[in-house]
Amino acid sequence: MSVTNGYDAEVASKIVARFDAKPELLIQILRGVVERFGYVPEAAVRQLADELNLSRADVHGVVSYYHDFRTEPPGKHIVKICQAEACQAMGSRELTAHAEDALGIRMHGSNDDITLEPVYCLGNCACSPAIMIDERTHGRVNSQRFDELIGGLEADD
Amino acid sequence: MARTKIYVPRETSAISVGADDVAIAIARHSKKSGTDVQLIRNGSWGASWLEPLIEVEVDQQRIAYGNVEPGDVDGLFQNGFLDGGEHARRLGPIQDIEYLITQDRWTFFRVGLIDPLSVESYAEHQGFSGLQQAIEIGSEAVLDAVTESGLRGRGGAGFPTGIKWRTVANAEADQKYITCNADEGDSGTFSDRMLMEGDPMCLLEGMAIAGYAVGANKGYIYLRSEYPLTYKILTRAISAAEHAGWLGKNIQGSEFDFDIEIHVGAGSYVCGEETAMLESLEGKRGIVRYRPPLPALEGLFGKPTVVNNVITLASVPNIIRLGGERYAGFGVNRSKGTLAFQLAGNIKRGGLVEKAFGITLRELIDGYGGGTASGRPLKAVQVGGPLGAYIPESQLDTPLDYEAFAEIGALIGHGGIVVFDDLVNMAQQARFAMEFCAIESCGKCTPCRIGSVRGVEVIDRIIAGTDREENYDLLVELCDTMEDASLCAMGGMTPYPVRSVLKYFAEDFAL
Repeated sequence: MSVTNGYDAEVASKIVARFDAKPELLIQILRGVVERFGYVPEAAVRQLADELNLSRADVHGVVSYYHDFRTEPPGKHIVKICQAEACQAMGSRELTAHAEDALGIRMHGSNDDITLEPVYCLGNCACSPAIMIDERTHGRVNSQRFDELIGGLEADD
Repeated sequence: MARTKIYVPRETSAISVGADDVAIAIARHSKKSGTDVQLIRNGSWGASWLEPLIEVEVDQQRIAYGNVEPGDVDGLFQNGFLDGGEHARRLGPIQDIEYLITQDRWTFFRVGLIDPLSVESYAEHQGFSGLQQAIEIGSEAVLDAVTESGLRGRGGAGFPTGIKWRTVANAEADQKYITCNADEGDSGTFSDRMLMEGDPMCLLEGMAIAGYAVGANKGYIYLRSEYPLTYKILTRAISAAEHAGWLGKNIQGSEFDFDIEIHVGAGSYVCGEETAMLESLEGKRGIVRYRPPLPALEGLFGKPTVVNNVITLASVPNIIRLGGERYAGFGVNRSKGTLAFQLAGNIKRGGLVEKAFGITLRELIDGYGGGTASGRPLKAVQVGGPLGAYIPESQLDTPLDYEAFAEIGALIGHGGIVVFDDLVNMAQQARFAMEFCAIESCGKCTPCRIGSVRGVEVIDRIIAGTDREENYDLLVELCDTMEDASLCAMGGMTPYPVRSVLKYFAEDFAL
């Protein structure tokens, strides 16, 4: 997944229209915004509130509640490392420390290419530790496999 | 000659360890060599430790090969793969794999077997016959069968499904809803995902039967966003079922209409709590609601609503087809039927094991799971997700039975079993329980919102050795407050894992 950070109000309007401008579909609409722009900029909060006939507080409240709705543009790739118990039992704490060192960023941080985020369960608990890169889940990830996967991203770019 | 059928799972776990690459290698090889094969992307049989597990059909028998890597494919073909040829990866006929044949597959009996996106493949294996029968016998008889089966909610709470459905059926309203909770957030659980990826139409059929039974014409699946592949598979399954007349208007020529829509969540553990899920389905913050009113009477958009977990709903088609009594024949005491247990974490043979209630943890972990993956001694097992107690080795002979688990201060929840070896520091696990609650609390009630933050601080002080006795007492008191005064299970049950660590693993706190 490659994300574009330039917000485009017309594109956002089309996303709203795709969901018939129904306020009860706000979460699905915000998902569409994140899918397209990588994050929810302040401009989108105002625009969605207008177009869905909601208050800005309503939209902001939803954006701030859910982990998926980040409000800063992410790196080109999003790497999530599972921090939950089944992965902990197979070394996710060590894997996380390795990832932070290898990428030179902390959890929730970004460099130009990669945003590193925690995730609490990818449902891949029989093949732990698990990580997700963009929309794809990887299992049985040790430090070496992690480096290979990240190396593969750099080669593709 | 018919094309040889090759099965490679399209399932998140299998793909996470290379199944797509294996499928590509097979397609490439057969193209290059001019071999005519039919590649079927099935669900996973649940023997996750053998993934990618692929099969080739020879003389109507499916021969399995396990832990296949893309680099194995050329060698497999050279060794007569299409005739089930010998190879280091060969496991033999799939129906001879002990892990699978000794299970009680009621809900998962088609998972792995069929092509999940083919209505024909589904129907060949009794698919939609439960719904067909439901329409023939009428809603009263459906409610009776579900009640008789003893089925309880598989999301974790274990509420009797028959009672819930009857409450909704008896409610007077112009509109009712069926909502499926597919926000499978507990660590160590993946049965919902495996069912939806391996036999999605079984869930759709279960939802339609629920709709028929209670008088609802609209269903929603609330699917967590961490499952993007599941979303794709479900979307395609819904449109295939609509196309074949099993969803939509006048299902199979009857008066019954039923539509299903998928809503994807946005990363929030609490949205697995039923009232928070309803808020989220309405497009709002996933804040827990006060009860009463019960969702069965005032649920989604204020209308009577069935909220059931994926496995609960997917167990129903067979209950209608084979009878409630047959399902109730499985299990023990008030825990009737089967549960899809999930063996996870530090375990040699992780995967999904559907068994009747009554099996012990030890039988599951040692018998099916083969002990720890690391080969080191087992130290603790967390059953039922992040709100479940850590169980010591000495209690592994407890039978899996809702009431027996409640007696030892533990829960079965959604059936996730996470194994830890002796390298785990249990004080860290207790701290994590509080930390997770602090991260995921919806913030509505104080014991959960503030208590979890204070919990992390108090545990940190105990670990650091600061006023250890006083802080220990404070932690116990905090657990009491959270348990007694929280609005939902998030704050109310976070003390379970914490208390279990204090009780059984106090040495890790240096107490």
